This record gives sequence, C-alpha cells and structure tokens, in this order.
Amino acid sequence: MTSNETQWPLWEVFTQKDDGSPHEHAGSVHAADAEMALQNARDVYGRRGNVVSMWVVPSAMITASPSDQAGPFFEPGAEKIYRHPQFYKIPRGLKGF
Amino acid sequence: MLGHRLSEWCGHGPILEEDIALANIALDLIGQATLFLKLAGETEGKGRSEDALAYFRDAIDYRNVELVEMPNGDYAYTMVRQFLFDVFSYHMLEQLQKSTNPALAGIAAKGFKEVRYHVRHSSEWVVRMGDGTEESHTRAQKALDDLWRLTAEMFQADDIDREMAAEGIGPDIAAIEPKWRAVVDDVMKRATLTIPNDPPAMTGGRKGRHTEYLGHMLSEMQIVARSYPGAEW
Amino acid sequence: MDQQPQNTTEEALNAKFEARIAAGETIEPKDWMPERYRTQLIRMMSQHAHSEVVGMLPEGNWITRAPSLKREMVLISKVQDEAGHGLYIYCGTETLGVDRAELVDQLLSGRAKYSSIFNYPTLTWADMGVIGWFVDGAAIVNQTVLAKASYGPYARAMIRICKEENFHKKQGYEIIATLAKGTPEQKAMAQGAVNRWWWPSLMMLGPSDTNSPNTAELMRWRVKRKTNDELRQRFIDLTVPQADAVGLTLPDPDLKFNPETQHYDFGAINWDEFWQVVKGNGPCNRERLQARRDAHENGRWVREAAEAYAAKHSSPAQSAA
Repeated sequence: MTSNETQWPLWEVFTQKDDGSPHEHAGSVHAADAEMALQNARDVYGRRGNVVSMWVVPSAMITASPSDQAGPFFEPGAEKIYRHPQFYKIPRGLKGF
Repeated sequence: MLGHRLSEWCGHGPILEEDIALANIALDLIGQATLFLKLAGETEGKGRSEDALAYFRDAIDYRNVELVEMPNGDYAYTMVRQFLFDVFSYHMLEQLQKSTNPALAGIAAKGFKEVRYHVRHSSEWVVRMGDGTEESHTRAQKALDDLWRLTAEMFQADDIDREMAAEGIGPDIAAIEPKWRAVVDDVMKRATLTIPNDPPAMTGGRKGRHTEYLGHMLSEMQIVARSYPGAEW
Repeated sequence: MDQQPQNTTEEALNAKFEARIAAGETIEPKDWMPERYRTQLIRMMSQHAHSEVVGMLPEGNWITRAPSLKREMVLISKVQDEAGHGLYIYCGTETLGVDRAELVDQLLSGRAKYSSIFNYPTLTWADMGVIGWFVDGAAIVNQTVLAKASYGPYARAMIRICKEENFHKKQGYEIIATLAKGTPEQKAMAQGAVNRWWWPSLMMLGPSDTNSPNTAELMRWRVKRKTNDELRQRFIDLTVPQADAVGLTLPDPDLKFNPETQHYDFGAINWDEFWQVVKGNGPCNRERLQARRDAHENGRWVREAAEAYAAKHSSPAQSAA
C-alpha cells in the first residue's frame, strides 16, 4: 500500500536527570533533522519533567562494540585486577583510607 | 479554547511524535486556562469555580479572540494558528509577569516558561511547512491567508484593557503588536511565506460576538457537565 | 568477520542461545538469535505497539466531552502516554531490524493485529473510568510480567511503561469511585460501563492456554513468563475486591471465591465473540483502522515537508543520518 513510504531517520536520546549526573540512554525518536529530534525527544522523554539536559544523536552515527566478541573485547580489561582498589592490602584497623 | 482544539488531534496526528508534542502543548494551555479561570472566579467572589466558568457559560459570555476558536483544519492551519497565537501569548505573558497583581504575575511566570517552548515548536513547523514541499507551502500559505485577518483582534485594547494597563495590572496590549510583528515577519521570511495585505476582519470575540464555530465547540465540551447538574466528577 | 571462530554453525549458535535463555540472561539487539525468536518478538512487540496506538482512539473519543478541566487534562495526558508507549515499543521493535514504517504499514493494511479490546465503542463518560480500571489494570498485570522478558529492549520499554502507567489505572478507578457515590444516574452509568467492559477485558488477556498456539514457545524463550490463563486469574483476583469496595457488581453470576484454590472461580468466556472481534467483525474494527489510515494519509505531506526541509538545510554531519 505504501511501498514508496520513506521514514524520518532514527535518533538516540540521552537524558541527564540532575545536574552533575551522567547522560543516560532513554530511548529513540524519529525526526527529519536535529532541531525536530531535540523537540521530539523533549516531548517524548521529558514530558514528566525530571530531565535537566538532553542529547540527540543520529542512530546511524553510533559505532557499537561487536556483541559476538564480548569476551575478547572486554575480558582483557576485567583481568587487570590491579586497576581495582580491592587489589591492594591496607594495614588492618586503618579507617577512612 | 486553543488547548481544547489541539486536544482534538489526539490520536490523529501526522506522526506519533507530533501527537505527543501537541498533547503537551494542549496540557500547558488548558492548565493556564484553569489557573486564570480560578483566579477570575475568586476575584468575582460569587463562588464560581474554574469549572463553572468553563462549562456553564454560553458562547456569548466567552471572551476569547476568534483566532483560537477556529477549527483545526489541516496541520498547516493548526500550526499557523498556533504560531500566530503563541507569539502573542509569549509577549503578553512576558509583560504580565510584571503585573502589580501578584496572583496574575505568578500565573504569567509559569505560563511564560511554557510558551517559550510553544513558540519554538510552532515556528519551526511553520518554517518547515513553508519551506518544505510545494504542497506544504501551498497549504501553509492558504492557512496564513485565511487566519491573518483574525490577528488584529489580539491587539485591540478596550476600556478595560486600558484601565488595567494604567493600573499596572495588565500589559499594554497595543504595544505588543510591533514586537509580535517583528517575530512573525522574521519567521515568515524563513518560511518563504507572504503576509497578506487583507484588512482585519470584523471580529467581536472579546465582546462575546464570536464565530459560529464556538457554539458547536462548547456544546460538545459542556454536554456531560450540563446533563448532570450538581454532579461531582 | 575473519576473527570469528570457525565452529559458529547454526546449530552451535542455537545451543548457545538456548543456554543463555535457560540461564536467565538478557538477549540484546546485536546478539545472535534464532530467526524464529526474532519474528515472534517482532510479531508480539508490534502487536503491543499497535494496541497502544489504536488504544488512543476509544479514549480520545471523550477528551472533548470530559466533564471538568481536571478530567480533561488527565485524559489528554493518558492518551498522550499511550502514544508514548506505542513509540517506545516501536523503537524497541526497530532494534530487531524492522522499520517503524513497515510495522505501521502492516497495521494499516490489516495484516497486523492489535488488542481486541479497542474495537469496542466508548458510549458514556463512565467508560473512561472502566477503561482505566479494567483495561489498564489487565495491561499492568501483563506488562509487569513482560518487564522480565528475555529480550532487553522489550523488557526495558515495559519497565518504563509500567512506571508511567501506574496513574492510568488509579485515575480510572477514581472516576468510577466518584460516579459510584454520585447521583443515581451516575451510579447507573458506572454499572452500565462495568457490565459492557468486564467480559471484553477478560478476553483481552488472550485466548485460553489450550487454544493459544504461541504460548508454549514464548514461555520457553522467557518472552512470556506467565500464561494467558494465569494472567487472567490474577486480574480477576485483584479486581473483584475493588468492585466490592465501590459497591458495583461484576456481571458474572458464577464469580465466587474458592477457598481451596484461594482464587475466584468465574463463568465461561464467550470465545466465539473474541474470535469474531479478532477476525475484524467487532463493533468498531473498521472505524479504528480507518481513523489510523486517515491520520497516516493526512500526515503524509507533513512528514514529507519536514524531510524536504531537512534535505535543503542539513549540515554535513546530519546528512550522515
């Protein structure tokens, strides 16, 4: 019926809930351009308030890590236990280190 | 009135994102109307609530400009109507924040925050429709041609307006016109739309002499409330 | 792609997938999944999204007649939420590699289904109360379970929706409670709406387990976590005391508490009516679809205008989208 139907591009929406906290992925919207994407994001993901800042990013611009290689991609990081504070021994009884 | 008109789009908008946007604007406008009517009822001192004023007044007792009671038409008509009103409302509420009446100033301050976004939404749409496709341009131009004649009514001050302005309660609405016109000119230029030269239509909405549309709109809006007088909802 | 291990045959991938499901892991968009899992999810999620969108219509029908400013605002925000929820779920479905435009096309051409309940007409103001109370009540029972679905985007959309939908049921019940303690005419209006919406609301939770072809597979994949009959029983158990509390009668003479099962027994559901509605012969099927088609067709030039404008004015960075 509508085989010639084109569709507005998809944008990913990131919202910041309070000043100082990180922007987190909230969802996506369709919009023809950046201004409309921002307005749509505001109306869809900010309509209950509780948002102080928003980003919209064309979904096509996002490069994701390979999901079928989550192991090789991230495990080397997890193995470097010396990056975590629990790796280090502190004399017992010492508080507030 | 305009909020009520916009709510008619719910479920019928051009794309889901716009259904949501229009509902937001409708909610803001009905919210503002509720606060103004509540204050009006309290000021009158006859115990009429905001609902009494909204649901139990006939069209002839309504005091809105005719622009906002016009039917939705197509999306161009809705957006051009919205834009012409939003810019007026922006400047009116901006001034009203300085009212010597603190209650009015408070409502205006809340409304002003909301209307800033409304102007952004409607002006960007007017630009996109005017400078979009040939069809959208034609539709937007037609809407502007039809509605332009009703804009002058927004700036026609009557004795009450002048008295309110003199006492610092209300804004000088005639003085808003040049500011309104500057914004409208700018947006219409971006939208590649031409402001018609038509003289203002004979309007009487603010004296209760409305278009025929208002009566139909109110008969629908008031039917349930009036069918069960005295009932709580 | 040359980095992929060589033993990634369909069979091995499938075994790995089933193991992940069994371990209760969440499946994400870019993870490998069997084609059947993908198509079943697309079917189920798009039906859900369509239901939200079509669901705007029966309630939208009363926005302009709401009896007070407060009720009008509440109703607008509820219908708006339905648009929002449809949008969230469409976006979730798009992560499975299908465009919203394609899904909308399936709805408008009549190939996709949506919830049977929205093919019933809203005849009085009390219907706004009962829809919130019954229809959203039943939806919450269903969605609370779907929030634990194995597919991440679906589960996340459900969590967001459940949070937002909390007020939907409450506002509906408040409308009904107000009518029930109002004038005799108002109480009659409330009872009438209860009578009309009770059975369709029970049907809305889907065909009985013995007659639900997709349930077993969806349960195994942890997309569904409870069967239709389990959800229905939960909804009934929750709703009966709520009806008692406002002095309204549910139209089922067989409805009574069974101390052995600790559940309410209820009468036979007219499944013939359900299948008639699903097949398109319900009271409002044609009107609902036509309204959506009109909105889509009338909006086409608007969507094209925005596209044309964006094409004329886009910066290089944006055109990458």
